[in-house]
Amino acid sequence: MVKELERAGMPTAHICSIVPISKTVGANRIVPSVAIPHPLGDPAKTAEEESAIRRALVEKALIALETDIAEQRVFD
Amino acid sequence: MPQKIRVIHYLNQFFGGLGGEEEAGAEPSWFDGPRGPGALLDELTPELEVVATIVAGDNYMAEHLTEGTERILALIEQHTPADRGVELELLLAGPAFNAGRYGMACGALCQAVQSRLGIRALTALYPENPAVANYRREVAMLRAGDDVMGMREALEGMARVGLKLVRGEPILPVEDGTIPRGIRQNYFSVSTGAERAIDMLMRKLSGADFETEYAMPVFDRVTPAPAIEDMGSATVALVTSGGIVPRGNPDRIEAASASRFGEYPLEGLDRLTAETHQSVHGGYDPTYANADPNRVLPLDVMRDLEREGRIGRLHPLYYATVGNATSVRRARRFGEEIAALLVNEGVQAVIFTST
Amino acid sequence: MPVTLSLRKSMVRSLALGDATTLARGELTLDARALANELEAQDERIATVEVHTTLPGESTRVVCAKDVVQPRLKVDGTDPGAGTTYLMENLAVVTCGPIVGFQEGIIDMSGPGAAYTPFSELALVVIELRVVDGLRPHEHEATVRHAGLRAAEHTARRCVEFAADEEEEIHWDEFPADAGLPRIAYVDMLLSQGLLHDTYVLGENARDGLPLVMDPRVVIDTGIVSGNCVSACDKNTTFHHQNNPLIAKLLSGHGKRWNLVGVVLTNEPTRLAEKEASAARAVDLVRGLGAHGAIVTKEGFGNPDADLMMITRGLEQAGIKAVAMTDEYAGTDGGSQSLADTTPEADAIVSTGNANQRVRLPAMQKVIGPLPDITRLAGGYPGSLHEDGSMEVELQAIVGSTNQLGFGRLSCRES
Repeated sequence: MVKELERAGMPTAHICSIVPISKTVGANRIVPSVAIPHPLGDPAKTAEEESAIRRALVEKALIALETDIAEQRVFD
Repeated sequence: MPQKIRVIHYLNQFFGGLGGEEEAGAEPSWFDGPRGPGALLDELTPELEVVATIVAGDNYMAEHLTEGTERILALIEQHTPADRGVELELLLAGPAFNAGRYGMACGALCQAVQSRLGIRALTALYPENPAVANYRREVAMLRAGDDVMGMREALEGMARVGLKLVRGEPILPVEDGTIPRGIRQNYFSVSTGAERAIDMLMRKLSGADFETEYAMPVFDRVTPAPAIEDMGSATVALVTSGGIVPRGNPDRIEAASASRFGEYPLEGLDRLTAETHQSVHGGYDPTYANADPNRVLPLDVMRDLEREGRIGRLHPLYYATVGNATSVRRARRFGEEIAALLVNEGVQAVIFTST
Repeated sequence: MPVTLSLRKSMVRSLALGDATTLARGELTLDARALANELEAQDERIATVEVHTTLPGESTRVVCAKDVVQPRLKVDGTDPGAGTTYLMENLAVVTCGPIVGFQEGIIDMSGPGAAYTPFSELALVVIELRVVDGLRPHEHEATVRHAGLRAAEHTARRCVEFAADEEEEIHWDEFPADAGLPRIAYVDMLLSQGLLHDTYVLGENARDGLPLVMDPRVVIDTGIVSGNCVSACDKNTTFHHQNNPLIAKLLSGHGKRWNLVGVVLTNEPTRLAEKEASAARAVDLVRGLGAHGAIVTKEGFGNPDADLMMITRGLEQAGIKAVAMTDEYAGTDGGSQSLADTTPEADAIVSTGNANQRVRLPAMQKVIGPLPDITRLAGGYPGSLHEDGSMEVELQAIVGSTNQLGFGRLSCRES
């Protein structure tokens, strides 16, 4: 799905846990997430810590969207 | 009476009988004898004996692939020391059908066992399983169906091909039902190249079927879209395959093999909550997502960034489906349709979250 | 005036060296000294000539083989492709000697390597040549090439007086356009890329004057001589051109299963613009012949893959169904991309094998040629020669192993 969004001209940041799958599938801007059941969170942390983690990941995604790339890249 | 081939069977937490998604974090453990489908495997093939089963959780392996593989190798070595004369000849992993995490674990394990322990290894995967692209070069894979309905057939195939592997017989995709590995293998045909060329041309000219001896490689890569220059005035949309939908699942999106995606409003919402939204994805433990859906669809952070002017605005609609055993063709269609909707509304960039 | 090519053939069943050259009931005795003397006399660039013989099944390895030529002689007429040509079956002349470039090859007459070369099935007269000091590589190559052709002709000339076993007429008559048979053309790509990468068409370097349409009988009547030693595996030796299996088969089915409309000879230039120009002209010539379909073969590997793809694409886009024949360089593990270039239109490929496949060749009792040079052969590599005389080589090093005219049965498949 990510490829189709990109094909339509919208840079797309893929936040996901299994980076190799994302690469194989062909996503161009990849941001590794925390874990499968909670990609943008961590129940082991406090609410504030979680928010901070989430924010950091989304900001990484924004940076990926702001970066010109020639081929697939993992932004971590 | 020829000796039975000794097999180790690798299974995930579900097929290994530990439990469902809640046990997906299970660390690798060793069980003597067969478990779950391993019993059927044992029964189907008198030439094989499943002497042990290794079970590990899909999440554990997905998040600790290297470490998990090492631990499994250690388990194998520990339980089959050379001096005990117990020689393992084959590792069968799965079948993992179309399960991505399970497939990746199977692929990695087979590769490690082959190269580090010198044991033949085989897994069974649905051709669209992402693990296929990653491991097919190194690891033999039986072509399996996309769900557990194909279990018996997959086990039969694994036994059959596994025996061939142990015997050192050549494995061929068409005859043996394996997934082509992208490895070219020489052989002597019954006809000369010249004869085959003329034969192929005659077929091509008459419109008859013919098979090329070398298929042109297909590279489906998308050129990266240009970066956003002024994020502060850009419209960004959220899309997820993590199955986050309004409570009650108004569109009845399926927990697996989803046949549709949903379009849902974000207007007036500052964050998602357990009361307003839920996860309907059947492929991961939904507890954490249900408790706080922002862990999969980060609305709260996006609103903060919007307020701060880091992004221009968050698109008032988001799109969700369940990325569990979704066929490539269907996923592509969803992507095309969502892309059209977003472009039409002037969205410039997308953050796509997956579980 | 219809043109006919008659081939008068003697079958050779055994070969030995003796005091005079005679051929009786297939038993060929060769006067090596007379041959050596003639070669040395005709070219002062030759320092020494040693003449060896070897037969199928012997424990013999020929190394640093450069070209293979079938002994032939024009007995009636002067033009290639017409008149009568005398030739000797089951026999070939092989030239060998110290490396000119790094890509000449091996011929094993027995053992696992024999299956990979057609020349293990022929009686071979091996001319081991040393040239005088100070020759530039171009001259070295030319010297060896001419010597091979002369040796082949010498042998034929000494044998032509003995009764031949068989005479065959090669016809290629015009068939009416509405005979209902598919019209097929054959595009024969020739290597033309400089020293050790050249081919000669009717005596001219294939770099110039190609593409052109040629009577298939001219091609097989020694119309093409090899001047290249690119990877022994996919070099088209002069013998291969003389016995082009596609032309032989296409001629035999002409007027019955298809209409062979002609052979287009084309070259493999080194510059992109020239490649594109040659490819476009070749396609035009095929179109001009009114072909429905075409088979395209190439020589060498790497950049010629691009020429192959250009021609194939051009043919398909012109509505002419194409089959391309090529070998592969898929790595020793078979896992690398096989061709340097690809195009979606090339949907009908015949593969003549992965040239990177390694084989272990045992030591042979007799070695003809300079053995230590083996490490400089393409497909051989430092350390591949063991002290006991055995070696590991890629198929690349074996003469004719992945021949792209489709001479052999080696193929490659997805596993």
